[in-house]
Amino acid sequence: MSVAVDIITIVAITAGAFFFLAGTVGLLRFPDTLTRLHALTKADNLGLGLVVLGLVPQAGSLRGGLKLLCVWALALLAGAMVSQLIAREASGQRGDPAMRHDGPPP
Amino acid sequence: MTVASALEMALAAVVLGVATWTIAARETFAAVVGFVTYGLLLALIWVRLDAVDVALVEAAIGGGLGGVLLLGAAARLRVTETPTATERPSATVRVGAALLSAAVAAALATGVILLPDPAPTLAPAAAANATATGLGNPVTNVLMAFRAMDTMLEKVVLLLALVGVWSLAPDRLWGGHPGPRHRADPLGTLAFLARLLPPVGIVVGIYVFWTGKDHPGGAFQGGTILAAMWLLVMMAGIADAPQVSSRRLRIVLIAGPGIFLAVGLAGFAIGSAFLAYPVAYAKPLILGIEVAMTLTIAATLGLLLAGAPERSAGQ
Repeated sequence: MSVAVDIITIVAITAGAFFFLAGTVGLLRFPDTLTRLHALTKADNLGLGLVVLGLVPQAGSLRGGLKLLCVWALALLAGAMVSQLIAREASGQRGDPAMRHDGPPP
Repeated sequence: MTVASALEMALAAVVLGVATWTIAARETFAAVVGFVTYGLLLALIWVRLDAVDVALVEAAIGGGLGGVLLLGAAARLRVTETPTATERPSATVRVGAALLSAAVAAALATGVILLPDPAPTLAPAAAANATATGLGNPVTNVLMAFRAMDTMLEKVVLLLALVGVWSLAPDRLWGGHPGPRHRADPLGTLAFLARLLPPVGIVVGIYVFWTGKDHPGGAFQGGTILAAMWLLVMMAGIADAPQVSSRRLRIVLIAGPGIFLAVGLAGFAIGSAFLAYPVAYAKPLILGIEVAMTLTIAATLGLLLAGAPERSAGQ
């Protein structure tokens, strides 16, 4: 039983590490902001998700496992929201003049 | 060499690399991003050193709120960036700065190398008296009981920093709202996040404070999370920063150090000295102080980031 659980952990974390690597390569190699964001979400969502999935069986307690899942859920939420905000900034349609780095428009 | 020590060495090398890059970066914005990365990596090092309490503070302050503060400063300095980049200080100034930095680094390195081995420590004494307060986290014991004076003064310093920021306000705006009024699309992403995240963040902040009595966590870490939630709501334009003349706000700001000081003075009557807690009531007294401190820290950090009053009332 514990061998099977360990194999699940190793496979899931290896797959997660692969997505982190692929996301990082994409972040460095892709030509513009939007495609780089696309690469980043692979690392954030799938990479972290698979790592968490691999760690949950090792958490030892239900509470620990749920905490790990919460970490993933919060990272998903933050990642999705921040990607939206960066993408909007990149395409030049921001709503809040006070938050612009160059100050309010004349 | 074990896997763990290889990981630690790689981590240390990356931290040094990021630190060098932060100093070398020509653009203020890029340097700030480097500094935030540096803070988060440093937090990982503290975790590897088993100092989880410090790691939490480093991640929350060094990587989080400190980063936001510096980003705000970088945004304000953007106008002056091009003129200052073209100015070059004279060779004397640059050589002097380099010599001074090298001397400070050398003095620090000498100090670290000359430390006696084992280093002088009060850890055994703190561990031996751990049962006196009824708290399970040795860091909280030191912060709230054995070195309570330092913690109290630290809160006063935080308050003084806020007074310093507020004093930048011109006379006619004194008592007004801090910072610019943020306006985001009320149906946009930021407003959605600012409605979705705070219920979770407030629970996590209170949990981090509460668990600090027996596990890593505490008033500062919890208060920082609460401050971050408040800032999110302010930046999304859902709530405005309160007027700095608000009496309720002022009460929250002085609650932490005020109650700390009151309990400390009461120590003369009910305990044996200033800040001496009677053993039977040590735990409830410490927790009571920490509740007030969490609120004060959250309010102070939030207002530090909101900035000096920039709008008069109602604007």
